[in-house]
Amino acid sequence: MTTLSRRKFLKISGATVAAASAVAAAGRSVSSAIATTNVERGDRTVATYCDICFWKCGAIAHVRDGKLWKVEGNPLDPLSNGRLCPRGTGGVGAAFDTDRLRAPLIRRRDRGEDEWVEVTWDEAMTYIAERMQKIKSSYGPESVALFSHGIGGNFFKHTIKAFGSPNISAPSFAQCRGPRDVGFRLTFGEDVSSPERTDIRNAQCLVLIGSHLGENMHNTQVQEFADAVGNGASIIVVDPRYSIAASKAKYYLPIKPGTDLALILAWMNVIVAEKLYDAEYVAMYGFGFEPFAASIAPYTPEWAYPETGIEPALIRATAREMARYRPATLIHPGRHATWYGDDAQRSRAIALLNALMGSWGRKGGFYAPVSMDVPAYPTPPYPTPSKLKVDNPDHKYPFAHETITTGIREATITGKPYPIKGWFVYATNLLHALPNEQETIRAMQNLDLLVVIDVIPSEIAGWADVVLPESIYLERHDELNVEWFREPFVALRQPVVESPNDQKPNWWMAKTLAEKLGLGAYYPWKNAEEYLSTRITNAGMSWEQLKKDGIIRGEKRPIFFDEGVPAEFPTPTGKIEFFSVQLQKAGFDPVPMYKRPEGGPPGSFRLLYGRSPVHSFSRTQNNPVLMDMVDENMVWVNADVADRNGWKTGDWVVLRNQDGVVSNRIKVLATERIRPDCVYMVHGFGHTAKHLRRALGRGASDSQLITRYAVDPLMGGTAMNVNFVTIEATEVAHG
Amino acid sequence: MARLAMVIDTVRCVGCMDCIVACKTENQTPEGFNRDWIAYDTQGKFPTLHQEIRSERCNQCSEPPCVDCCPTGASHVHEYGGVVLVEKTMCIGCKACIASCPYDARYVHPEGYVDKCTFCIHRVEKGMDPACVSVCPTHCMHFGDLEDPLSNVSKLLASRKHHTLIPQAGTEPHVYYLT
Ligand code: SF4
Repeated sequence: MTTLSRRKFLKISGATVAAASAVAAAGRSVSSAIATTNVERGDRTVATYCDICFWKCGAIAHVRDGKLWKVEGNPLDPLSNGRLCPRGTGGVGAAFDTDRLRAPLIRRRDRGEDEWVEVTWDEAMTYIAERMQKIKSSYGPESVALFSHGIGGNFFKHTIKAFGSPNISAPSFAQCRGPRDVGFRLTFGEDVSSPERTDIRNAQCLVLIGSHLGENMHNTQVQEFADAVGNGASIIVVDPRYSIAASKAKYYLPIKPGTDLALILAWMNVIVAEKLYDAEYVAMYGFGFEPFAASIAPYTPEWAYPETGIEPALIRATAREMARYRPATLIHPGRHATWYGDDAQRSRAIALLNALMGSWGRKGGFYAPVSMDVPAYPTPPYPTPSKLKVDNPDHKYPFAHETITTGIREATITGKPYPIKGWFVYATNLLHALPNEQETIRAMQNLDLLVVIDVIPSEIAGWADVVLPESIYLERHDELNVEWFREPFVALRQPVVESPNDQKPNWWMAKTLAEKLGLGAYYPWKNAEEYLSTRITNAGMSWEQLKKDGIIRGEKRPIFFDEGVPAEFPTPTGKIEFFSVQLQKAGFDPVPMYKRPEGGPPGSFRLLYGRSPVHSFSRTQNNPVLMDMVDENMVWVNADVADRNGWKTGDWVVLRNQDGVVSNRIKVLATERIRPDCVYMVHGFGHTAKHLRRALGRGASDSQLITRYAVDPLMGGTAMNVNFVTIEATEVAHG
Repeated sequence: MARLAMVIDTVRCVGCMDCIVACKTENQTPEGFNRDWIAYDTQGKFPTLHQEIRSERCNQCSEPPCVDCCPTGASHVHEYGGVVLVEKTMCIGCKACIASCPYDARYVHPEGYVDKCTFCIHRVEKGMDPACVSVCPTHCMHFGDLEDPLSNVSKLLASRKHHTLIPQAGTEPHVYYLT
């Protein structure tokens, strides 16, 4: 073996070292996109919190020689426990992205042509304020709506409320977790909330129904999932696709897509028939158990078998497995729950199964989240809108407790119950987030004002009248994160480096706009630092400590029933509602009932989608660090199906959906890891925005193929796993 | 003397790539190149499958063919911990090492020299873990000295089933996978 001593080596090559490091240094400065003007030397760190997704993990950003270097987890933070997820670690790439929006833009051609003139901030704000006032005088302030995602939207919400509009919405309800929260509310009286109140870490049996933890990287949940796996918890995974989580499972149930509710009903049937449930818990806290039991009696495993494709013996074995570990059996409620149109009822069935396990309020099940008391900054009361929200006329969806984005879109198209003429879109790429992009485009054509606030020139930005470039999270202050979690804490987002161009933080934009609108009284503070420090000082905490540590933790408090949390269920009966009178009165099934999902055209595959661990929605495909991990999506096709059709991994194909919409070209992944009746792709790829040069044309967009959606009759959620595609070989690049 | 090693728990690993991202930001590897990667090793027929997920990189071999074949001595064994390094100023980019490595762990940096995992020796010599180990959200990666029987890595190898990659190549790899 050749071993070279370090000292000897350095002596030989002393001269070369010096020469080559000059080359290397030159190389480095070329690649550094965000050099600041002041000459700063050495390393420094700033504590802040992440924004690559909405989980808001505590982070420590490192700056080397004045340039942003890397971001790590903040060890003081109970969300990250000192470790970020891959997206958070790659968050610096958002700063290095050379396609970032730099200056305010005003459209100079037709909507959607993505052609712009750069303007000053004052010109942009004046333009917006004038149009808003015009809409207000013609239609009323309610005709301006805001779509927003994440904590960064808070100040814009404040300005829009001060302006007098109640039409504020986020896709996270009707396109994501809404059905889940409605199902749990109807049962326990409370939401699952975000971060989910699941005690995965202590679960002895964890059931994941379509929830792909490990690909979905909501940090704390994945950390706890790894702990559960490491502790030898019994994992049961239900998924048409052999997910990463499935590879950790004791039982993998390769369910036929769309039939999850049948499986859950059959599980409950076994658990009730074999008296495996927590009888004491059910007797103490439950309402309507007898009619519930009668209602699910027909749903035997033998009945469920032809629906789900899961053998009766496996249904029984897994039901017994769950009962064996109760109450530390957690049937995870999932997060993105808008699948088939029966979603609120399916989620309610999951809630009921948890109720049978007695896991709500118990260790290894669901905890009661706690929070810190940080008073709001005192501002004048908002004006009372003279019209009701536009999204849900006549309470068509009686159990929607948040605003329905697609309801606002519908009103924008029809002008009913009243016209919507202005949209603000903050940090959500509506063309990828809402189903049926043509409807979104139709709605946008009816607008007198469309303002997009974002960090990247996304598809929705391409349709705006005015684009406002936001500083990325590492360059700005944001609202405090006063989280509801296992323990109370407050976290600060603060600037690490300066914005490279003319980008501004959201608080500055929202405040400046309010001032232009004559609403300056709603912003009685000079800047974010004054706003934030006042809130913290008024709460009796130290602003200096928060700035230094990025986080202040409160006293731990009881979070389980046996620690002293009162077992209260804010439902109409004050109990866990096995039978729901309010559902019955509203004309819905008081106990969930199964309806077989509609199939697709012969020869087609159901289109399923999910997440990559290194991407957030459609917002990270221009991030150079994260794109270096996964730079396109592939369409997963069952290996036998691929074989029969002559498709090999890496072959280019296009997908054509039931309405004739054809996707970008995408590569095949022929794999054993999926059923033959469906195909799967990661969401967020297939960008068409021409200024997103790294993302443009990489992979295909599931959103583009989601022209159909089934609306949840309880709450207006838009189920998107109801589209079918055929696969066509191609040599040509589309789009 | 120390013998540094990495022990990776495939039971906990979800293949999220945080190790790769951390390496990229820590070591500023150029766009398009990474020093580590994930292998998803799937066996069986749907739905009866088994999958091992591995975070892979240079195995920091005790019998490194890449050092033996290097004509300039750029590929060498570091005096601490048995870590195999490349002195980029001596590398002529001949790629002999790339051909000799059974793990495909090396690549040619756009600046002309060969690059690969260093076990983050610059961090390790300051008492820190390699970047990949320190960020892993699942805590599936462990790092330490095999000469020390009380180190975490020694204890894990003594108590858990494990394997290395292509042991038959005779390279004596020092990245271990717990199963
Ligand atoms: S889960 Fe990941 S992307 Fe989301 S906030 Fe945490 S570190 Fe950032």
